[in-house]
Amino acid sequence: MDLAKVDQIVEKYGFDKNAVLAILQDIQVAYNYLPREAINKVSELLSLPLGQISSQATFFSSFSLTPRGEHIVTVCMGTACHVRGAPRVLSELERELKIDDGETTADGKFTIETVNCVGACALGPLVMVNGNYHGNIDTAEVSTLLSAYR
Amino acid sequence: MERISSPNALLDVIKKHQDARDPDKVRISVCQGTGCIASGANSVMASFESTLLEKNSSVELLGTGCHGFCERGPLVVIQPEGTLYQRVKPENVNEILDKTIGNGEVITKLLYRDEAKNTYEKEQDVPFYKHQERIVFAMNGHIDPSRIEDYLAMGGYGALAKVLLNIEPEQVIHMVTKSGLRGRGGGGFPAGVKWKSCRDAEGSPKYIICNADEGDPGAFMDRSIMEGNPHSVIEGMIIGAYAIGATKGYVYIRNEYPLALLRLENALEQARELGLLGDNILGTDCSFDITINRGGGAFVCGESTALMMSIEGKVGRPRVKWQHTAKKGLWGNPTNINNVETWANIPPIMDRGVDWFTSIGTGDVSNNPWGGSKGTKIFSLVGKVNNTGLVEVPMGISIRSIVFDMGGGIKNSQKGRTFKAVQTGGPSGGCIPEQYLDNPIDFDELTRLGSMMGSGGMIVMDDRTCMVEVARYFVDFLKEESCGKCTPCREGLRAMSEILGRIVKGQGRHEDLVVLEDLASTMSVASFCNLGLTAANPVLSTLKYFRQEYLDHIDKGECAGRQCQDLIKYTISEENCTGCTLCARKCPTKAISGEKKSLHVIDQELCVRCGVCDDVCNFNAVTILSGPER
Ligand SMILES: Cc1cc2nc3c(=O)[nH]c(=O)nc-3n(C[C@H](O)[C@H](O)[C@H](O)COP(=O)(O)O)c2cc1C
Ligand code: SF4
Ligand code: FES
Repeated sequence: MDLAKVDQIVEKYGFDKNAVLAILQDIQVAYNYLPREAINKVSELLSLPLGQISSQATFFSSFSLTPRGEHIVTVCMGTACHVRGAPRVLSELERELKIDDGETTADGKFTIETVNCVGACALGPLVMVNGNYHGNIDTAEVSTLLSAYR
Repeated sequence: MERISSPNALLDVIKKHQDARDPDKVRISVCQGTGCIASGANSVMASFESTLLEKNSSVELLGTGCHGFCERGPLVVIQPEGTLYQRVKPENVNEILDKTIGNGEVITKLLYRDEAKNTYEKEQDVPFYKHQERIVFAMNGHIDPSRIEDYLAMGGYGALAKVLLNIEPEQVIHMVTKSGLRGRGGGGFPAGVKWKSCRDAEGSPKYIICNADEGDPGAFMDRSIMEGNPHSVIEGMIIGAYAIGATKGYVYIRNEYPLALLRLENALEQARELGLLGDNILGTDCSFDITINRGGGAFVCGESTALMMSIEGKVGRPRVKWQHTAKKGLWGNPTNINNVETWANIPPIMDRGVDWFTSIGTGDVSNNPWGGSKGTKIFSLVGKVNNTGLVEVPMGISIRSIVFDMGGGIKNSQKGRTFKAVQTGGPSGGCIPEQYLDNPIDFDELTRLGSMMGSGGMIVMDDRTCMVEVARYFVDFLKEESCGKCTPCREGLRAMSEILGRIVKGQGRHEDLVVLEDLASTMSVASFCNLGLTAANPVLSTLKYFRQEYLDHIDKGECAGRQCQDLIKYTISEENCTGCTLCARKCPTKAISGEKKSLHVIDQELCVRCGVCDDVCNFNAVTILSGPER
């Protein structure tokens, strides 16, 4: 695995031991998840115990420790979305893609994730695909939404 | 722009920009807030840009922050008249330019129309805006948040100049205390009192923090402030740093807010360039700068001590508060933390004075900052209400006014939906039933009703909301977000989740309610941080106001809200079904059969209770049965 980007990111933060969270966030953007090798490398570069890095990586829900699909489908499960039917939208997505929340389809195309709120609560239920917002999604629209990315 | 050398020079710069701004100029402002972008505002903006270019027009186009009326986005406002167009599409752009800009004609089909079919031309007449009092949001919609010049032209940074010129730090703190400003992030602690203890604390450097973690799901006012007017937060923080004697500031912002982050970074850059941040601000001996930290998506990191742990590079778990944060906060130094909206209230208070601020709101704070709730609060009005969005209202307004006057009432009331409750205060808040709709709400009244202000989320629930399921939702949310450090919170939430999980499946017992109340009382005294201490609120408030719903689940297997999947059954009523075939086509499991123009039937074996049929039916023919009737 090419870890050159890890070196660059750690260097960008001036090898700052306080910046672990920001470093991991940038690594996740660069690799689409947090590869084990990258976590090891950060520990080595910052001379911090591996446990200290992994405890950050596992504490926050926004980190993924397994490779993610080409398209990330994020369903907001915040209160506003919840009362407007987010659980039904999530079940429909799971049914349609035949995977559960947190999983990736066998062809590596889609990953379903959930999030607590993305701050567009007025438009719930809300689904994001690759960072693009889709508001007021009803269960019947799920398959049309996905077909644009299939 | 050039570095500004003194507070007086800053006043000149502001004056210059104010004079240059012609209030009568025709201006098209297109909302570029996250809500409107989600509805396609980017392409509307692009279409305006290219069409104006084509027409070689000199009309000013402004991409602004959130106007608040997110439900109706993309929003376009034509100034100086203030004509509001809603749900604008790129294909409307030409018409707007030809008719409204060219001819002064109003395009009726783009105006806001309420349920009673009244249309409104001007933004300020639309009921959603009419009852608001916009202080923090005053400039949203009028400025381009990426241009500091726009903020200056509206008088921005004038409060800072005034403070640096004429007001001693102690006096600033005195004014903030006298204003009665209480923290908008949850606790409602008087800001001035907190500032004073930090100023008086021994140790340096001192830090200030802006809590922009906004973890309360359903609330997004902090996001809109940062996106729409980032300089107001920065100006508030500089004034705070001057008053407290802090030299370093942090903004801890959620990772889910990329646009707010961008706007803030850009604004900080501009402020530094003008000498409003950095060493010797405006040539005075006040030095202060701000760093941004991104959160990682953990609710508990919004708690002040956990947030500081996270800034220090540690895992964000709360720490003991024997020592006040004001005395020993970040890296053991005196630290003052306030919420985004709290900071954004500082410039207007300094600018317009204590008397003006205390004239808005409830109670009397002249001798006691806890004596009332002053100023405005931004609520995020969401859920089962017609006009969702952000409303800034004076403290002391009634929930009825917010939900019915501004919110336009319950969504789908024509299909028979009615008001059931409003949930405020985030995951550790409570549900407020109909009988309190007219109570004037402020920090203390909401607490008295068994809920709290929290960050200002206001989630409207209708008769199709199951209150047991809502309690289960919050408990599960908090169970996931509990950091696990202390037993009452970690294990208490697990036990509650297990019990509520059974009740919503119709497998509850009467003793369960006793156990729930028992767990709640232990958690509320023995937990370590406020997450655990308040975690039982959703359960307690629903048990208090909606106990019958719990009993119906247990005794009759009936879900009043028709939401609990194990207790409901979808059927199609013979009376209303027209045989239009829509539901049969939309059903994902092909569970519905029937000939065109004849009654459709749902195969209960195949039905997964996804509710699509009910969503799409135009004739109200889908009935949801629960309890004995099922
Ligand atoms: C579990 C938990 C989560 C919190 N989340 C937030 C938050 O997201 N934003 C916020 O401003 N305050 C949050 N708070 C409140 C903060 O601890 C703190 O009281 C607040 O930032 C102080 O600022 P204020 O006095 O201006 O409100 C949270 C508190 C708890 C216990
Ligand atoms: S109350 Fe909950 S969140 Fe707070 S310290 Fe205890 S376990 Fe952690
Ligand atoms: S609750 Fe879904 S975006 Fe906020």
